[in-house]
Amino acid sequence: MTEMLLAIDGLTKAYPGVVANDDVSFRVAPGEVHALLGENGAGKSTLVKMIYGLVKPDAGQMSLHGAPFAPATPHAARAGGVAMVFQHFSLFEALNVAENVALGMEDPPKLRDLAARIRQVSEDYGLPLDPSRLVGDLSAGERQRVEIVRCLLQDPKLLIMDEPTSVLTPQEVDILFETLRKLSSEGTAILYISHKLEEIRALCDGATILRRGKVVASCDPREKTARELAEMMVGAVLTPPERAGRAPGAVALEVEGLSVASPNAFGTSLKQVSFTVQAGEILGIAGVAGNGQDELLAALSGELKAPRDAVRIGGAAAGHLGPVARRRLGLVAAPEERLGHAAVPDMSLVENAVLSGWLRRGLAKGGFINWTLSRAFAEEIVENFDVRTPGTHVAARALSGGNLQKFVIGREISQQPEVIVVNQPTWGVDASAAAAIRQALLDRAAGGAAVVAISQDLDELLEISDRFAALNEGRLTAPRPAQGLTVDEIGLMMGGAHGMEVAHV
Amino acid sequence: MGGIDPILLLASLMVASTPILLAALGEMVVERAGVLNLGVEGMMIFGAICGFAVGVGTGSPSLGFLAAALGAAALSMLFGVLTQILLSNQVASGLALTLFGLGLSSLVGQSYSGIKAPPSLDFDIPLLSDIPVLGPILFQHHPMVYLSILLVIGVWVLLRHTRAGLILRAVGESHDAAHALGYKVVAIRLAAIAFGGALAGLGGAFISLVRVPQWTEGMTAGAGWIALAIVVFASWRPWRVLIGAYLFGGVSVLQLNLQAAGFKVPVQYLAMSPYLITILVLVLMSARRRSATAQAPADLGKTFHASS
Repeated sequence: MTEMLLAIDGLTKAYPGVVANDDVSFRVAPGEVHALLGENGAGKSTLVKMIYGLVKPDAGQMSLHGAPFAPATPHAARAGGVAMVFQHFSLFEALNVAENVALGMEDPPKLRDLAARIRQVSEDYGLPLDPSRLVGDLSAGERQRVEIVRCLLQDPKLLIMDEPTSVLTPQEVDILFETLRKLSSEGTAILYISHKLEEIRALCDGATILRRGKVVASCDPREKTARELAEMMVGAVLTPPERAGRAPGAVALEVEGLSVASPNAFGTSLKQVSFTVQAGEILGIAGVAGNGQDELLAALSGELKAPRDAVRIGGAAAGHLGPVARRRLGLVAAPEERLGHAAVPDMSLVENAVLSGWLRRGLAKGGFINWTLSRAFAEEIVENFDVRTPGTHVAARALSGGNLQKFVIGREISQQPEVIVVNQPTWGVDASAAAAIRQALLDRAAGGAAVVAISQDLDELLEISDRFAALNEGRLTAPRPAQGLTVDEIGLMMGGAHGMEVAHV
Repeated sequence: MGGIDPILLLASLMVASTPILLAALGEMVVERAGVLNLGVEGMMIFGAICGFAVGVGTGSPSLGFLAAALGAAALSMLFGVLTQILLSNQVASGLALTLFGLGLSSLVGQSYSGIKAPPSLDFDIPLLSDIPVLGPILFQHHPMVYLSILLVIGVWVLLRHTRAGLILRAVGESHDAAHALGYKVVAIRLAAIAFGGALAGLGGAFISLVRVPQWTEGMTAGAGWIALAIVVFASWRPWRVLIGAYLFGGVSVLQLNLQAAGFKVPVQYLAMSPYLITILVLVLMSARRRSATAQAPADLGKTFHASS
């Protein structure tokens, strides 16, 4: 091959207790789209943070254009022509687009000139943006455009993208790929981090696969199947969840004309959401992040109240009831945010189990907690849902994301609910734990519960749902049978491309 | 209301408001950087005694003000090291700073009770101060009064129009994002805390050197807490801080005058009126637009640790 743009040799970084990267080496050529593939916790993020100067490696060398490259700060990395689009955490909601872009540039021009350049670049690459809008008012897809435009304005030689498509509709993904291909044809190399295999097969020229901090394989992803890639990534053979055929029963949850204002200034209010779920059925609700998923969960769990008849659980009007009263009627919920919403980070697993399960499991009598029963309940969850923990006395925050998620889902499912509402049940969870959680939801549905699964992972929803609907700016599309839906149809249900255009190549 | 001279009343309004304005403006900058420093009262009183002691010692009120700013900034660095470097809780550290400042100032001030402050000259702006009515109200004050207004303008320009201000706001909005982009969150916050401390010290010294002017224990009498409240009700915006401080100072002066004039309203109601009216007005102002810009910095009071 020609001269390498970026060469990484023997990069190692250890944190107390874990080796995040162990002797990692790979190369990226100019104009190459190179994938970094691995499960959560495989060390992808640490690796790119070292390239971007946010983390200092313990050992190993990097070189850029053949010259040694050891950026001590992101400023140094940007000066060397490296730009990065972050997965989260790099935009300021209360600032406008131009201010956000200026903060990510070394030497920004005056805001007025910058606004003109933002318009120019965003038109050239088919990513229309209004520089004066507040980022807090933008959709997730638009926010990502802000990040990309911020990078493009600096003329990068290497663009790092950390899980860029997790917040996009399929149509938006297509447009992003057009933009990336155009950049690559102009000679910009792209380091693309993802665990979405089909995307990597469609876009990337080369791939480096990480597992537990080590490079386990390098390949040309176009020559492998998604299954082969997945098995390299996980290091084990995966079994898809089984679903037993089942006949839906009586209507367990009925939502009619549910409109709730979001409690959050940048949130999305729900507008006239209506659906029903029958016992034994899983309704999958898709949607790009920030289209009302959190609000829908809160409105169903009882955190947000609604008119009496907007929510009916097993036929009983429940819109005006709070979470405890709804639990009594048989509805349990597991929100997206594990630490601080679904579980109290500094409390033990036993205490966390009591907080949600005391009512339906009878763990408290006359205001006194029965700790014997509570410990047994927590142990039962740990046992049945394969939660890897030294014991039930440890604090919730000490568990890894996947294990805590299994605990949270297990805790809700173990309460013999009639209705289960989950938001992002497998977000940030490794593949084997995700499969276990999906299986648990399917099993519970087979056992006669109605399940509402809100998720941004389309593959997951198609795998488990019987019917399928999408949230778009707080409105819910009419549910359709999941069998036979194509990705294109789903994308349109999710709101299409949100006014994006294909890059003017 | 026969006994009240409106010109004198309006003139004393500006004097009465200046300490709170200075302290609130400093705290606003601190909070825009995402730090909640509840030690304003302690820094003010410490500034009051530093300024008074140095003013008396050297005979120069200007050196006194300088010492007040430096002393209170040094005290604020105690809070800064605790919260930004040792990552302790900001609310607890701020409350401790107030208690510490009150105690320390009593200790330092023991031998200064009953002494008169060095005379400080009012600065009559030439020509303008001769205008009838407006002259005495607006243009015959201590230089610190004008400096406080210049500082409001300065802070507004800084936050609104400069890159440094943009970075400061960014740090307060999301320290993780600012860190990811390579900004030194801790250093920026320490600088903001020191600035807030210096302004609180100036405010305190203004009380002990100009407004009263002598030293008594606990003489700031809650002005620091009022400053904190004004920052919140002013939606973290400099011009509203100015309005809030002047409103509070104005109503305080007015009610004192009304008390002196024997106005037929129970003293307790008069005494509570500045608090009620200031809060009411600022609440109405911030309630008008419930937009994103009227909200607290998103990372206000959160501890930042550059992990992962």
